[in-house]
Amino acid sequence: MAATFQSSLYASRRRRNRISMGLAFAATAFGLSWLVLILAVLLWEGFSGLSLSVFTEMTPPPGSAGGLLNPIAGSLIMTTIAVLIGTPLGILAGTYMAEYGRYDRLTTVVRFINDILLSAPSIVVGLFVYEVMVAQMGHFSGWAGAVSLAVIVVPVVVRTTEDMLILVPDTLREAAASIGLPRSLMITKVAYRAARAGMVTGVLLAIARISGETAPLLFTALNNQFWSLNLNAPVASLPVVIFQFALSPYHDWQKLAWTGALIITLAVLALSIIARTLAVQRKTS
Amino acid sequence: MQPTGRPPVVDVALQGRGIAVADQMDRAKVLQRLRLGDAAYRHLTRAAAITVLVILGGIIISLVWGSLPALRAFGISFLYEEAWNPVTEKFGAIAPIYGTIVTSVIAMLIAVPVGLFIAVFLTELCPMWLRRPVGIAIELLAGIPSIIYGIWGLFVFAPFLQQHVQPFIISLFGEIPVLSNLFAGPPYGIGILTAGLILAIMVLPFVTSISRDVFEAVPPVLKEAAYGLGCTTWEVCRYVVLPYARVGVIGGVMLGLGRALGETMAVTFVIGNAHRISGSLLAPGTTISATIANEFTEAVGDLYTSALIALGLILFVITFIVLAAARLMLMRLNARVGG
Repeated sequence: MAATFQSSLYASRRRRNRISMGLAFAATAFGLSWLVLILAVLLWEGFSGLSLSVFTEMTPPPGSAGGLLNPIAGSLIMTTIAVLIGTPLGILAGTYMAEYGRYDRLTTVVRFINDILLSAPSIVVGLFVYEVMVAQMGHFSGWAGAVSLAVIVVPVVVRTTEDMLILVPDTLREAAASIGLPRSLMITKVAYRAARAGMVTGVLLAIARISGETAPLLFTALNNQFWSLNLNAPVASLPVVIFQFALSPYHDWQKLAWTGALIITLAVLALSIIARTLAVQRKTS
Repeated sequence: MQPTGRPPVVDVALQGRGIAVADQMDRAKVLQRLRLGDAAYRHLTRAAAITVLVILGGIIISLVWGSLPALRAFGISFLYEEAWNPVTEKFGAIAPIYGTIVTSVIAMLIAVPVGLFIAVFLTELCPMWLRRPVGIAIELLAGIPSIIYGIWGLFVFAPFLQQHVQPFIISLFGEIPVLSNLFAGPPYGIGILTAGLILAIMVLPFVTSISRDVFEAVPPVLKEAAYGLGCTTWEVCRYVVLPYARVGVIGGVMLGLGRALGETMAVTFVIGNAHRISGSLLAPGTTISATIANEFTEAVGDLYTSALIALGLILFVITFIVLAAARLMLMRLNARVGG
């Protein structure tokens, strides 16, 4: 009697275990299948439109052939400026948090706020830059777009810089101090060098993050159908053009939107894979 | 004084920087300059750290400032009025707020269980050699820009739902009292449900990677003890790992929720942009971020613009609270693990 009860309990426990482990397999397959599905469609739709003219011609009016040269150039320029503004700021802030004020109250507060900025809705950043720059200057501009991207770069770089500098062994710092190196030199010559791979990873991740950002550009850089490198005027960017073209009723435009989407995704995936390999090298070395 | 035989290391360092060290006076001068540089660098980094706070402050102040005209015109009723009419300049935020919350809830309802199960798979079942690739693949999902989800959702996912899934759901729940209202109306393809599903895919990596990290932080001794008692893998996960990792998992879920609430582009493509609250999940709706993205550049008149900025302020306040709660939980967890 007792034995049969025991074995039925055992059987039901085993059954429950098998079901839940089956669910775990299924969940993983479910998650991975989305990645495969999205990439497959993207490659299929994007590659068929990929040609040299995409990189050499301007965005066309509806109904005619063209390329994506002006949005690609606009994206590259604004991303570069955003990184040039955001990276030094982020590295300096991260340096303070890891080197000078590791146990400060200021550091605790900044870390908390920075983590919130890291996940804050990017469209709010767009509104902020609109209020601060576009509304004040009276027109949309590439500068405003670059600044709003920079606001997104900063928290990413702050976070990785701090994390990486904290990993640098204190013995290195002590060694530097013991030969009489001033603290600023110790940081720039020793700590930065030891944490370099990780910090580069952070910058790459930040670039990956902003190269697909659309929301903050919508009402800062706006869009521009023509070739323009004037940063005081609206500048086209790849994500905004994808947004506009994908929602248009014209088939040519939708085709170009897919191609642009493929270009962005490949760039972002390449960046994050490079960043990951760098991070792995650092861990194993 | 100086040890004889070789020059002091400071001198070598200075010479390496192209600074000649002739005598004691020069050295004092150089050291003085270094000291100044040191202080300057310290203040520079401190200023940069404070800039992070200034950015947040700037965001809050500019949003409040920009939304003042709307808040003055509508007062508290802005929060619960449904009308959104640019022509008569009547604005209320409840429809976008409703859409934002409902889509995020749908996303979390799907992403949390799936994410937890994937984390269980990665920490308990997956063979070692497969762990890294699967983990990276899931994290690549997080790396795909949201506009890609949007265009994919619009051209692939929504038509698929419209043709194959939604008619089935409608006929399946058509006779059941409550569910028939929830899934009523023609299959548009785009709508609240589609947006929620896309958000679920986007949030999944966040929930998964944080759950995996906290699951991995569970001391092996605890799990081994439970296995030693004869527990099944499921029982170990359910009664040992999950309770131990609870705070971290909740933190990760809140972080994902913060993402879902603020997500713009993916939702804008598939939500349908209709300013009304419909009982049916299949009907088009709107979210705060989709409304801003769609209407901001076309908004004419100060009141319209201001109403949109006020929406942004509401979104920021909601996500700030969610994210702050998430961070506090994760910080508490780190303190426990660290101490």
